[in-house]
Amino acid sequence: MRLKTHVLGVTYQFRDLKEVMAKANEEKSGDQLAGIAAADMRERVAAKQVLADLTLADIRNNPLLPPEEDEVSRVIEAGINEKIYSQIKNWTVAELREYILRSDVGAAELKRISRGLSSEMVAAVAKLMSNLDLIQAAAKAEVITHCNITIGQKGVLAGRAQPNHPTDSIPGIIASLYEALSYGIGDAVIGVNPVIDTTDSVKNILQATKEVMDKWQIPTQNCVLAHVTTQMRAIRQGAPADMIFQSLAGTQQGNTAFGISVELLDEADELIRREGTSTGPNCWYFETGQGSELSSDAHFGIDQVTLESRCYGLAKRYRPFIVNTVVGFIGPEYLYDSKQVIRAGLEDHFMGKLQGLPMGVDVCYTNHIKADQNDMDNLAVLLAAAGVHYLIGVPMADDCMLNYQSTSYHDIATLRELQGLRPAPAFEQWLEKMGLMERGKLTPIAGDPTIFM
Amino acid sequence: MKEELVLDTLVDKVMAELERKLGREKTEDVAEGEDSEQEEERIAVPQPKWREGLRELLASTPARIGVWRAGTRPLTKEVLRFRRDHAAAVDAVYGEVSQSILDEFQLFAVETCFQNTENYLKRPDMGRIITDEGVSVIKQKCKQRPQVQIVVSDGLSANAIDANLRDVFPALLDSLRAYGLQWGTPFFVRGGRVACMDHIGEILQPDVFVLLIGERPGLVSAQSMSAYMCYRPRKGTVESQRTVISNIHKGGTPPIEAGAHIGTVLKKMLEQKASGVQLAI
Repeated sequence: MRLKTHVLGVTYQFRDLKEVMAKANEEKSGDQLAGIAAADMRERVAAKQVLADLTLADIRNNPLLPPEEDEVSRVIEAGINEKIYSQIKNWTVAELREYILRSDVGAAELKRISRGLSSEMVAAVAKLMSNLDLIQAAAKAEVITHCNITIGQKGVLAGRAQPNHPTDSIPGIIASLYEALSYGIGDAVIGVNPVIDTTDSVKNILQATKEVMDKWQIPTQNCVLAHVTTQMRAIRQGAPADMIFQSLAGTQQGNTAFGISVELLDEADELIRREGTSTGPNCWYFETGQGSELSSDAHFGIDQVTLESRCYGLAKRYRPFIVNTVVGFIGPEYLYDSKQVIRAGLEDHFMGKLQGLPMGVDVCYTNHIKADQNDMDNLAVLLAAAGVHYLIGVPMADDCMLNYQSTSYHDIATLRELQGLRPAPAFEQWLEKMGLMERGKLTPIAGDPTIFM
Repeated sequence: MKEELVLDTLVDKVMAELERKLGREKTEDVAEGEDSEQEEERIAVPQPKWREGLRELLASTPARIGVWRAGTRPLTKEVLRFRRDHAAAVDAVYGEVSQSILDEFQLFAVETCFQNTENYLKRPDMGRIITDEGVSVIKQKCKQRPQVQIVVSDGLSANAIDANLRDVFPALLDSLRAYGLQWGTPFFVRGGRVACMDHIGEILQPDVFVLLIGERPGLVSAQSMSAYMCYRPRKGTVESQRTVISNIHKGGTPPIEAGAHIGTVLKKMLEQKASGVQLAI
């Protein structure tokens, strides 16, 4: 493995693959906080140059976190198809990038090589790609999943209705849900973040959202984003859950900080298959986001792009219906400004898609980061062009419970009209039946939540 | 030609004068308008299927619903309301605590190694360490080994301190007095993170510690303050050992009530010699 190169008259000798991977990243405040980022642009280019010439076998043979020490590494290793891997193991990362971008390589070819790639290889190639590369490559991938309805088809942009309320008031949640539905949002999931992580609260919200779905015969799926153990208790007590949710980290130790393990996720997987109310077969909703491992001091000196990719390697095991990266939520110490948030959003979306995941993005920011709603508009347009499965819908983009700003019901409706995208087909039929949409456009009554009263 | 020019100049002058007067009136209008807007009903949907029902929905949540649209975009008024709330939140992060409030409670100020707001945001670790100069000032001015150490910090919202300290601080002292607890020398930390209490704990060795600090501002409130409390905070204290009362502002936990409640919690910590998850409240 050659770790030495020359850039603009300076010789760079890197210590190991971990250092090359970290320094090849685009600038991120989180890598700087961890003390592993490139010192300057020249060193960054040197690392990219070294990485470009490494082979996929080099990456697999030099694990950043050995499988013997980490169960996420074991899950990723176990997911690699050896036949496909052996066909591509001598490719350099540069060759992998060019293969992905070739015009005769489409969704089927990407799906095939993805089974021979590890999460680290996917992260490596993302580090050599420009933003437009990431958009074009992700747009080629096709990942179709089914829970109660199908999403992920080409030309479909779904939306999560996120009708959160600061005290979990059921009437308040339902009011915001009506608003979402009246804008044609809610096909990805009706997903509520509870304030109170208790079994009763989760049960009540699942029950209430299910009642609205039944009453209006809405073709979608519900989910309450409490800790997985709380959801499991609620489901065992008979709560109607179409999906089960959990946040993931890219290392075993990071997951311990989240209070989860592969064993626990396996148990939850079995439970939702046996006791879940949806058709399936895809019954999981995962969330991720660059920086979470560093924030729980469980990063092992590995950069945040690679760790994020490893989250997707873990998610893949459970064949989720939807996954999203909450890209600007964590704060400026991990993603400093809108430039870094936009880059991370495109990286995560690409890395997830290349690992066969149904990727959505929570395009968002907190008030102490250098970003505003205009930056979210920009990233949302880029992601819609990249074929993002779904975006988050919050009233006027302001989540009054989580205290951050995301994308709005209006934004998703706008992106659909602007880029000729449609809701999930089953959901669009329902919108037509309700008189809210005609030929992919909202009708004059759209935006009136009282039609559901 | 010349006459026209003179006339033009005159018209310009009159217009300028008018604009000046109208402009002034407009400013006054805005100042009054802000309060009245909150009273006003926000029914933006032009022909709701059920008007009374819409009122019910709006009353059930602070979420920005029933806002209507221009095409698929929100109405101008809603966009500006959003921008105004965001501006308040961002200003809170970049604002500074007013000197007068520090003087009022005789709080001297020290700094962490944060350097400036930009760096503060990027390097939370530096906001946990007091500068060498600050350490010597603390050693010189503060009572050693107090039963209760009170520290105030701007954190992510200077505005939160300006808005709440006048209510919280006296209520807290009253509460400590009522329980017969002794407090040391309170001071202010500029650019502090929650764990700066561990460094200060090493220097002053207090039994219990309360840090009043500005929270990350949201659109609903940019003035929210937290009280982080800990039994014997020292180097190596973990987050689960801290007890927090958050959301202290006039629309959340009322500041005076919070001040009194902090005293009660500190009392329990001293009795149980524990804080955070180990504390039974």
